[in-house]
Amino acid sequence: MNDLTTLRLRINGEERAVAFPTHHTLLEVLREECGLTGTKHGCELGECGTCTVLVDGRPVLSCLALAAEMAGREIETVEGLQLGNELHPLQAAFADLGAAQCGYCTPGILMAAKALIAEKPHPGRDEIREALAGNLCRCTGYHKIVEGVEWAAARMRGEDWTPPAEVFYGSPFPGED
Amino acid sequence: MAEPVRKPEPEPQRELNLIGKPFRRVDGRAKVTGATKFADDLAFPRMCHVKLVRSRVPHALIRSIDVSEAERVPGFLGHLTGKETPIPFGILPVSQDEHALCPDRVRFVGDPVVAVAATTEDAAYEAALRVRVEYEPLPTISSIEEALATPEPRIQDYGDHGNVHKVVSMTFGDVEEGFAEADEIFEDVFFYEGNTHLPMEQHSAVAVPEDDDRVTLYSSTQTPHYVHRALAKVLELPASRIRVVACSNGGGFGGKSDPFNHEIVAAKMALKLGRPAKITLNREEVFYCHRGRHPVLMEVKTGVKRDGDGARITAQRLRTALDGGAYGSYGVASTYYTGALQTVTYELPAYQFEGVRTFTNKPPCGPKRGHGTPQPRFGFEVHLDKIAAKLGVNPADLRLGMLAEPETITANWLRIGSMGLRSCIEAVVAGSGFRERWGQLPEGRGLGLACGSYLCGAGLPIYWNHMPQSGVMLKLDRSGGVAVFCGETEIGQGSDSILAAVVAEVLGVSLSDIRLCVADTDLTPVDLGSYSSRVTLMVGNAALQAAERVREMIAKAVSEQLEIPASRLVFADRRVFDAQDPEKGASFQEAVIAAEARFGTLATAGSYIPPRSPGRYRGAGVGPSPAYSYTAAVVEVEVDPETGLWNPLHVWIAHDVGKSINPVLVLGQVEGSVYMGLGEVMMEEQAFRRLPRHLSSALVHKHPSVLEYKSPTFADMPPVTTYLIEDPDPRGPFGAKEVGQGPLLPVMPAVANAIYDAVGVRVDQVPIHPHMVLKALQAKAQGAEPRFGPQRFPAVDFGETLIVPTPEQGGDGTAINDYREKLRSGMRSASGTMMSREEALKKRKLAALTTDLKGAK
Repeated sequence: MNDLTTLRLRINGEERAVAFPTHHTLLEVLREECGLTGTKHGCELGECGTCTVLVDGRPVLSCLALAAEMAGREIETVEGLQLGNELHPLQAAFADLGAAQCGYCTPGILMAAKALIAEKPHPGRDEIREALAGNLCRCTGYHKIVEGVEWAAARMRGEDWTPPAEVFYGSPFPGED
Repeated sequence: MAEPVRKPEPEPQRELNLIGKPFRRVDGRAKVTGATKFADDLAFPRMCHVKLVRSRVPHALIRSIDVSEAERVPGFLGHLTGKETPIPFGILPVSQDEHALCPDRVRFVGDPVVAVAATTEDAAYEAALRVRVEYEPLPTISSIEEALATPEPRIQDYGDHGNVHKVVSMTFGDVEEGFAEADEIFEDVFFYEGNTHLPMEQHSAVAVPEDDDRVTLYSSTQTPHYVHRALAKVLELPASRIRVVACSNGGGFGGKSDPFNHEIVAAKMALKLGRPAKITLNREEVFYCHRGRHPVLMEVKTGVKRDGDGARITAQRLRTALDGGAYGSYGVASTYYTGALQTVTYELPAYQFEGVRTFTNKPPCGPKRGHGTPQPRFGFEVHLDKIAAKLGVNPADLRLGMLAEPETITANWLRIGSMGLRSCIEAVVAGSGFRERWGQLPEGRGLGLACGSYLCGAGLPIYWNHMPQSGVMLKLDRSGGVAVFCGETEIGQGSDSILAAVVAEVLGVSLSDIRLCVADTDLTPVDLGSYSSRVTLMVGNAALQAAERVREMIAKAVSEQLEIPASRLVFADRRVFDAQDPEKGASFQEAVIAAEARFGTLATAGSYIPPRSPGRYRGAGVGPSPAYSYTAAVVEVEVDPETGLWNPLHVWIAHDVGKSINPVLVLGQVEGSVYMGLGEVMMEEQAFRRLPRHLSSALVHKHPSVLEYKSPTFADMPPVTTYLIEDPDPRGPFGAKEVGQGPLLPVMPAVANAIYDAVGVRVDQVPIHPHMVLKALQAKAQGAEPRFGPQRFPAVDFGETLIVPTPEQGGDGTAINDYREKLRSGMRSASGTMMSREEALKKRKLAALTTDLKGAK
């Protein structure tokens, strides 16, 4: 049980050597060996999506993936999302819309959304919902997240578009719109 | 009939720079970069890992504990048992019934018995598995009825009697006369199943021994102050040697507002081993911590008198029976809350409330979003829908015709301030087309309306004292930066942003000039925590006072320098300038430098104590609040009559928030509440089952996992149209009221009412599973009562009721059960509900004025 595995992991474009108990998951190795605590855990059973990271561009539940199988793979976590000191458009949109309330499910959702936009630069609302349906959020009611992904996708396409006023202020009183 | 749609006119007030406009929350950046440190993200040199050995039997005496096998696990460091934590604790002073580790007896599957520590988490798990505990089983109690019928063995050795934890009976006004006066009497029985918070973050606590016999606890708690008190008691250390830091919570919803056994164990273990100790619960353990929604059986009886096109309530009697689980937790307060807020939405001239909380061998129930009020609100709002149907009145008109009035005292002596429910109803009715579409949609489609109200903070602290419920300190210096210190706890609701925005608004600086230090019992003034929707109003008011005090100092210094009166100075755009000549002024930094030179080091404090409530009877402490928020919702559903499957199609919701500090965050709270309410009515339940006899008949959680405890996903959420109604309350900072809990309340009953509109059947319980709709449809087809729900309320001896005359009876807020009291106030008990509505309203308004005058003394 306490056999150690030693390998070079490629995380957020940087290579690092790590040694860890062979049975440890990618989630544990990211958080404990690598100190990348941005990736969270909510169940450790693959049920909540909180620990989602990207492996070779695809969303993976890091609580169900063995770190020992990650040699040569490209791992992306929330810590690698920023562009220098600038927020990624997804991060900026989530911050501005309050799509992150407690912020605990946020890293996983950001990574899943990043994979979606890479595949579908113009995702429809149903596509966003489907892509993120494996990620639970207890705070937001999901709408601000969907709106945040729409906003970020538009910005990443180079469009000058912001969500309509009711996303920030609520709907106008009936009869006043 | 309803008045035409109107929006309340905002009160004239000074121009606001920041408040009322959407802004990025101050913790927004850290939360999207992964930089926010939650408790489990912390690590310290030599930190050990702790695991709890939890009971696998629901009720038993502990015969023996054997840790010899655990000690052989490589990396094992030590263990604790209940012998080392003999002092009980609990959130309420009247329910000190929990132990960090059970000393001699376990009361539910999941009760902690032994704690083991090891150098790694793996080793701690392994050691925990090897601990042997022998039990002597005791009979178990699984439900309210069983608890009422089984006085022995007692699960707790305190409480009103047997396995009854608490009995409450209170009568406000002449209820019998009210029933006699009614044209019709309506009676219903409802059941609301328990459910749990399911925060995405599992609770975690890290304790660090410090120099000089001190200890620091970092924890995912909503109430660091109450954890601080519990630690001091159980560890037998002066509170001044304990520091509690609440990390950002990864969701709370009430589930992290008790002091928990694992927090105390972490601190005890750290002090025993002399090294940092971390304990992070796994998901199964979070289900055992629970403190979620109480399962509640309810019986509502209401007298109704026709009044023009509508009707009014002449009297109501509400009975509630709560399944409390194995410990007290907030349960005594929860019991009172199942009755307290029925009076603040609609005129209720006479009201009787009787409640009982029972002990069962299940994880303790406590406060979940709405604390004790969603269950009776569900009953009341479905009950009203039935009344409207029977009387042939539109449900919106029925409600609009009987709204409680602003600035009045209710029958149970709650003081209503601003009251925007009329605008809320009008908004959702107009938005959804309720008048045109309700009762007119094709079979299988329906609309339902419901309302609700919630506290803006509990009027009284959890333990009796005369100190502030919230404190804020400011430190300013020549850098031009403003440091804000406050014990408030960010659980995702945006409390940090409220605190920063209030200070920034008053001082005319930007949010980036503000530095926060929060939720640290060593460094920050006490704030009682993130519960009862108290933060915006109480922290906001404390921040307002602190900021206005330093503003005055700065204004004085600048006015002397510029030789203009301080009253002419404006604080805006990071400047302090002359209102009459805006060019003349100083940058905020220069202004602070002037003030620091004039007064010395700059620091101010502000604090907030809620106004005294007029209620003086036993139990009057639960329900009062400085202000009440109001919400109305319409839900549209589709129901498949073949299968009973139903789906929410659209939610229209209007919330009277008083004044939005940050509308985008207010919307997030409303939408999140709608989501959580839909989860409760669609699927969520904290349910239990008995194992077969050959497996001990033990009572176990049906599904302590995220996968099996169903909660809504992205795919389940319907569109939500939100209207923010701003009816500023003079008691809220800038007029603001709460938004975190109130918007959940109308969602469940609106769904039940919509299902009735869709297919003509009533499901009088929550959650509404498809099979329940189907059974009611089958009953309807067979000509039986088209209903699914509980049949009867159990027989309960509620004892002598507390008799409290209402304001219109000339009461003074006290009970008159005492014989001399009865004599003294005999004159006022007779003239009850026969009074004209106008006359009664006048008395309720007068009582409100009298209360304010007394408070002002």
